[in-house]
Amino acid sequence: MADGLQLTPDGQLKHLLTLDGLPSRILTQILDTAETFMDVGERDVKKVPLLRGKAIFNLFFEPSTRTRTTFDIAAKRLSADVVSLNIAASSQSKGETVLDTVANLTAMHADMFIVRHSQSGAAHFIARHVAPHIAVVNAGDGRHAHPTQGLLDMFTIRRYKGAFHNLRVAIVGDVLHSRVARSQIHALTTLGVPEVRVIAPRTLLPVGVEQMGVHVHHDMKKGLKDVDVIIMLRLQNERMKGALLPSAQEYFKQFGLTPDKLALARPDAIVMHPGPMNRGVEIDSEVADGVQSVILQQVTYGIAVRMAVMSLLMGPTTT
Amino acid sequence: MKIHIKGGRLIDPASNTDQMADVYVAAGKIVAIGSAPEGFHANKTINATGCVVCPGLVDLSVRLREPGFEYKATLESEMLAAAAGGVTSLACPPDTDPPLDEPGLVEMLKFRARNLPGPRVYPVGALTQKLKGEALTEMAELTEAGCVAFTQTDAPLADTQVLSRALDYAATYDYPVWLRPQDYFLSRGGVAHDGAVASRLGLPGIPALAETIAISTMLMLARQSGVRLHFARLSTREGVELVRAAKADSLRVSCDVSANHLHLSDIDLTRFDSNLHFLPPVRGQRDREALVQGLIDKTIDAICSDHAPVDDDEKLLPFGESSPGASGVELLLPLTLKWAEENGVKLIDALDRITRQPACILGIPAGTLDIGANADLCIFDPQARATITTKTLKSQGKNTPFLGLELPGVVKATVIDGHVDFEHT
Repeated sequence: MADGLQLTPDGQLKHLLTLDGLPSRILTQILDTAETFMDVGERDVKKVPLLRGKAIFNLFFEPSTRTRTTFDIAAKRLSADVVSLNIAASSQSKGETVLDTVANLTAMHADMFIVRHSQSGAAHFIARHVAPHIAVVNAGDGRHAHPTQGLLDMFTIRRYKGAFHNLRVAIVGDVLHSRVARSQIHALTTLGVPEVRVIAPRTLLPVGVEQMGVHVHHDMKKGLKDVDVIIMLRLQNERMKGALLPSAQEYFKQFGLTPDKLALARPDAIVMHPGPMNRGVEIDSEVADGVQSVILQQVTYGIAVRMAVMSLLMGPTTT
Repeated sequence: MKIHIKGGRLIDPASNTDQMADVYVAAGKIVAIGSAPEGFHANKTINATGCVVCPGLVDLSVRLREPGFEYKATLESEMLAAAAGGVTSLACPPDTDPPLDEPGLVEMLKFRARNLPGPRVYPVGALTQKLKGEALTEMAELTEAGCVAFTQTDAPLADTQVLSRALDYAATYDYPVWLRPQDYFLSRGGVAHDGAVASRLGLPGIPALAETIAISTMLMLARQSGVRLHFARLSTREGVELVRAAKADSLRVSCDVSANHLHLSDIDLTRFDSNLHFLPPVRGQRDREALVQGLIDKTIDAICSDHAPVDDDEKLLPFGESSPGASGVELLLPLTLKWAEENGVKLIDALDRITRQPACILGIPAGTLDIGANADLCIFDPQARATITTKTLKSQGKNTPFLGLELPGVVKATVIDGHVDFEHT
């Protein structure tokens, strides 16, 4: 939750740790700023000088290729100096603590940390202990939050649907383990989406999920009826081991997004997925590659949204 | 050593006494109350004006961290902390390294403790070897060495057959067994109370059912074996209800609650503060209220500090990676007084839960101010309030969620076995 840690006393973004409790004013500011960066990627020289001379460290305590790459590109397009550390394979295995790693990189005059960690609350923990001039961006902490993913999903929805106040959005799949779902839910409710649904078997829903402002469905037929946006979540193979699900086949049959099930949604509904996709597990290839899919656009928008977050965090002079 | 404790308000829950009276101590015993025995010349006079004089506190769960975890705390540091908290008798759980599962280890601990100033130390022996939940310990030998009860502490005992046999074996000799009820499988991987707050924060949950299912199983086994069963650190509303029903059914069962759980709930977790990482987890607001009420109506017999000093390296970590527990032996009295204050509980009834009741559970001659009893006393100012800081804490572990809070009650002096082992300066 936003506990004052991520906003300055005058209400500006200081860290981006979670979308829970972040005012819609800030969310909209980020989305608007991202719009201004949309053309940078299409130029011959794909760079703006906003963060020239700034040192950004990607601290990935958990392996990631896609998210790290998009942060990398976003920082480079802003002309920042970027260093990516795959800590999962270096310091941590040598016994260095998170705070020691952070202190060492601070001594190298870092301006921003992009943090991914397997523990919920890890980004909060680092933000609480960094030097005051350093900004922290949460690139995914345990099951808790993945705010830039949530923001790029909102950016995508706004681009295709224009507004939020008249939408029905369904999030389908493993909400229990999903930091992406949590960030999406907070953003959607904050931006005024009147009906957010989650669709999953009971084993993949967290206790008290309704208290986040969502309607719970266990049946795709009812849950997808007349929705404007369908967000599919990735299902990890290890869920079959923990007795949460019997098999990928049964899951696909019940909760996988097929053309039949998609037809229940509004004809102009869009299909989203944070990636990487498991074709044939949560989504049928025909849908993933179909006309209603905006999955690749999400990736493109992700760069503009991350540029917006980084530039806003580095202060008003850069916007 | 002859001590005259002068001008205090004497409160003794055991004899239902609450009166202004001086106390006279000689040769480790209480020799008179009210007026001095003939020819009594005090070597030391403690001015207790404005203070309460009560039996020394009895704490059912204080980790001294020896042997094996001296980097977290030492016997010296924690005995001093306990004395500073007004504690004169304490039970220490066996989760040391190696665990207290052999008579030699218990004797060594008792020997070390006896030669240090501070409270009387009552080791609780391991119920199973190495606390692995597989083979029984030599309970008779351990009892001879000084163990007062047997427990798994926080170590899992997943095998119900082993549990059943352990209770049967202990019942043979009428040894008490203390269990912290938590189903191993249901709690696996969890770090916080499984509720809306943990769901929002993405913290893996430990459901309330993990406690109630364990309690149900243990109560059925206890009924069969007739063992004296004590539940350590109840945390859920339903758990309190199960114990209430068992007591109504005349089962030999007692239970305690940690002082932390009387004041904290999962709402406090929203900042991911690892100082709030506890076993069992701090639960929902309704659970907290049930614990408070259960203590008032005596379903819950006693309050313990669940003292668990942890070093910074193990606390300065993301919530789920941090070691659970907090330093608490110095906060047992203030947190008990706070509970009493907030719920209109009389001082004598509040002190009952940290003196006579835990002494009964331990089966030790403590928690009383009768003439001839051991001179174990706590003298504290009930009006004074103190702010808890890392500097005020004597424990080597400085981790507690109550840092920065002002709490009621300041211990002025602690007398143990007729010696002044702590005096507030």
